Amino acid sequence: MIEAYVPILLFLLVAIGFAIFTLIVSSLIQSSRYNKVKLEPYECGIEPVTDARDRYSVRYYLIAMLFVIFDVETVFMFPWAVIMDELALFGLIEMLVFLFILVLGYVYAWRKGALEWA
Amino acid sequence: MLDTIVIPLLKILVLLNAVLVAVTFMTLLERKVIAWAQSRLGPMRVGPYGVLQAIADPIKLILKEDITPARADRMLFTLAPILSLVPALVVFSVVPFGGDELFYVTDINVGLLFIISVTSIGVYGIILAGWASNSKYPLLASLRASAQLISYEIAVTMTLVSVILTAGTLSMVGIVEAQQESGLWFGFVQPVAFVLVLIGGLAETNRAPFDLPEAEQELTGGFHTEYSGMRFALFFLAEYANMIVITAVVTILFWGGWLRPFPNVEALAFLDLVPGWIWFFGKMFVFLYLFIWIRATLPRYRYDQLMRLGWKVLIPIAIANIVVTGVFKVLL
Repeated sequence: MIEAYVPILLFLLVAIGFAIFTLIVSSLIQSSRYNKVKLEPYECGIEPVTDARDRYSVRYYLIAMLFVIFDVETVFMFPWAVIMDELALFGLIEMLVFLFILVLGYVYAWRKGALEWA
Repeated sequence: MLDTIVIPLLKILVLLNAVLVAVTFMTLLERKVIAWAQSRLGPMRVGPYGVLQAIADPIKLILKEDITPARADRMLFTLAPILSLVPALVVFSVVPFGGDELFYVTDINVGLLFIISVTSIGVYGIILAGWASNSKYPLLASLRASAQLISYEIAVTMTLVSVILTAGTLSMVGIVEAQQESGLWFGFVQPVAFVLVLIGGLAETNRAPFDLPEAEQELTGGFHTEYSGMRFALFFLAEYANMIVITAVVTILFWGGWLRPFPNVEALAFLDLVPGWIWFFGKMFVFLYLFIWIRATLPRYRYDQLMRLGWKVLIPIAIANIVVTGVFKVLL
C-alpha cells in the first residue's frame, strides 16, 4: 500500500521544483531599477506611519479555537462513516450520542455569542 | 523502477502542464464570460478574438519586476506563494480523470481525506503573505481570508461525512465505482450535500459572492496587494488550481466522475461511445462555467453575513444531513 504514496512524494518534489524554477527564471530575465518610493508598502499614496502589525480583533482568535475543536470532531467521524455498513445500528446509536454532545457544545457557543460577528 | 518512478513521473509532468494550460485559458474564459454578461467584448487585441491573451499574460508576468517591499520579511515573503501553490498542485495526484489506471497518478485508500487535509495547508500561504508584507491591507485581508477558510472548511468537511456514509469508502476511484454499482449519481442521493459543498467550495476558493479577502473597495488587492511579477503569478495559479480541484471533486463525489448518465440503463449504452474522460471534463466545465456565472451575477456578502451563513446555517444543516443519512443507511 505504501507504494501508492510514492507518486505523491514525486508530485510534491515536482511542484516545489516548478515553483522555485519559475521564480529563478523570472528573476534572471526581469528588469529591475532601484527606486526608494517603489519599495514602500502600499498605503494609498500616503507615507506609512506605524507598523502594520497592530492589534486586531479577538474574534479571529475565537474562530480559530472553535475551528480546532470542530475540525477534530469532524475528522473523528470519517472512519465511522467508512465502516458504517459493519457497525449497523450499534454504530448509529454511538454516533448519535457523539453528535448530541457535539451539538450541545455548539449550542453553548451559540448562546454565549461566540458565533456572533459585529 | 519503471512502474514506481518513471511512469508516475511522466503522468505528473503531463498533468502539471495540463493544469497550467487550463489555468491560463481559464482566466481568458473568465474575462470573456464576464465581459459578455456585461455586454462587453472582453480581450480582443491579442490574436483572433483575444485567444492569445492567455499566452501573453503569463509571459508578461514572468518579465515583470518582482518587488519585495523594504519593510517585508524577505524569506517569508518568498515562501508564502510557494506554500500556497504546492498544495494546490499536489492534490491533483489523487484526482482520477477516468476509470483506467492511465487517467490517475495514484489511488490511495484515504483519497478524500488527503484532498481535504492538503488543500487546507494553503491557508498558511495566505496568512504568511499578509504577515510578511508588513502592510496594513494585506494583513487585514489575510486575517479575513484565514477566518473565512477555516469556518467554511468545517461545514464542507462535515458535509463530506454524509457522502462517505453513502459511498462507504474514501478512495476517489472507489466513490465513483460505488455510484456505478448503485446506478445513481450521488447528486440525486445527496442533493443537500451537493449544494453545501458547492457553496463551501465558492467560499474556500475566495470566489464571488464570498470574495471578501479581495474586496477591492475595502482592501485594495487583498492579501497579495504587495506582490508583483512571478510571485503574484504563483498566487494566481494556486487560486485557479484550487478552483479546478473543487470542480473535479464535486464532479467525482456528486456527478459520477467519468460515468455516463444513468450508468446502469442498458438502453443508453450507446453513450459509452464517448470516452469517460470527455464526460469528466464536460461535467467539470459546467461547474467552472457556473463559478464564473455566479461571479458575474451575485453581489458580494458582508463579512458578518458570511460568518453567520458559515457557522449558523451551513453547519446545522450539515449535522442534520449526517443524522438523516445515517438513519436511512441503517433502516434501508
